[in-house]
Amino acid sequence: MHVPDGFLDAPTSVATGVVAAAGVGIALRRARAELDDRTAPMAGLVAAFVFAGQMINFPVGAGTSGHLLGGALAAVLVGPWTGALCISVVLLVQGLFMADGGLTALGTNITLMGLVGVFVGYAGFRLVLAVLPRKLGSVPVAAALGALVSVPAAATVFTLLFAIGGTADVSVGKVLAAMVGWHVVIGIGEAVVTGLVVSAVIASRPDLVHGARGLVRRTSLRTGEVTA
Amino acid sequence: MRNRRFLLAGLLVALLVAGVGSYYASSHPDGLEYVAGKTGFSDSAKDPVDTGSPFADYGTKGVDDERLSGGIAGVAGVGLTLLIGGGLFWVLRRRGQQE
Repeated sequence: MHVPDGFLDAPTSVATGVVAAAGVGIALRRARAELDDRTAPMAGLVAAFVFAGQMINFPVGAGTSGHLLGGALAAVLVGPWTGALCISVVLLVQGLFMADGGLTALGTNITLMGLVGVFVGYAGFRLVLAVLPRKLGSVPVAAALGALVSVPAAATVFTLLFAIGGTADVSVGKVLAAMVGWHVVIGIGEAVVTGLVVSAVIASRPDLVHGARGLVRRTSLRTGEVTA
Repeated sequence: MRNRRFLLAGLLVALLVAGVGSYYASSHPDGLEYVAGKTGFSDSAKDPVDTGSPFADYGTKGVDDERLSGGIAGVAGVGLTLLIGGGLFWVLRRRGQQE
């Protein structure tokens, strides 16, 4: 979903730049609470993994492809504020080094994938987790569903920006229908990848999963105790 | 799994995905590109600014072999992301707390 230079006019790009800068600024302060000696390296790994995952475009039919956005994944693994920073770093590297996503559109891309994707994904995750049984096995399911909604949400916000500041004279209704339609399908891929990766991490190191806090038993302290 | 081993295993997976797996990725346009083409606003995209990076478009300048060119760019991207992200998070972290 990397927006290139030129899709949106200058005022809209400046506005999304301001939104992105504000969001990243808040995230820089709030992420501190999520990061310690143990989770900081994990967060670096999550950013690197999202970069790798975004390189894998999977076909979704009719000559179209999609790839992981990683917002929900990062938020569940390392927390939403750190997750927003992870995606922002990925987008920065892609824009600066890979010519993927325009540099004047960096604010737009951070807003769409680093803020909307992360926080909608995390909100979806929290909502679903609240209604599922309180056990570790619920975490990947909730993460997958959060991921599922995060992609069409970002696509919808793109269309909103396009309606405000799109440079081409194209029917917004058509863009909305096509963007949401295709990104629901891409969201299914996002859900599958997110669910699988979160369950793999939970299988080996549940204590490193931010979204599983409160569900991980401190086995070292409770040996011999019957599960409550 | 111990911390170090878990992190190294995760990094290895990321490097393999970016360095090897990416060659097999679909080359079809992604959702946004496809919709832009279908609804008729893809021409409004401008060419990306040349930042002087040798890895533009996930290839490596001067490397002709497609598999190697993309693989090097993928590994470089993972490395750069880890460096910038890891460095940022290490600086931001609360110090000296072993939870």
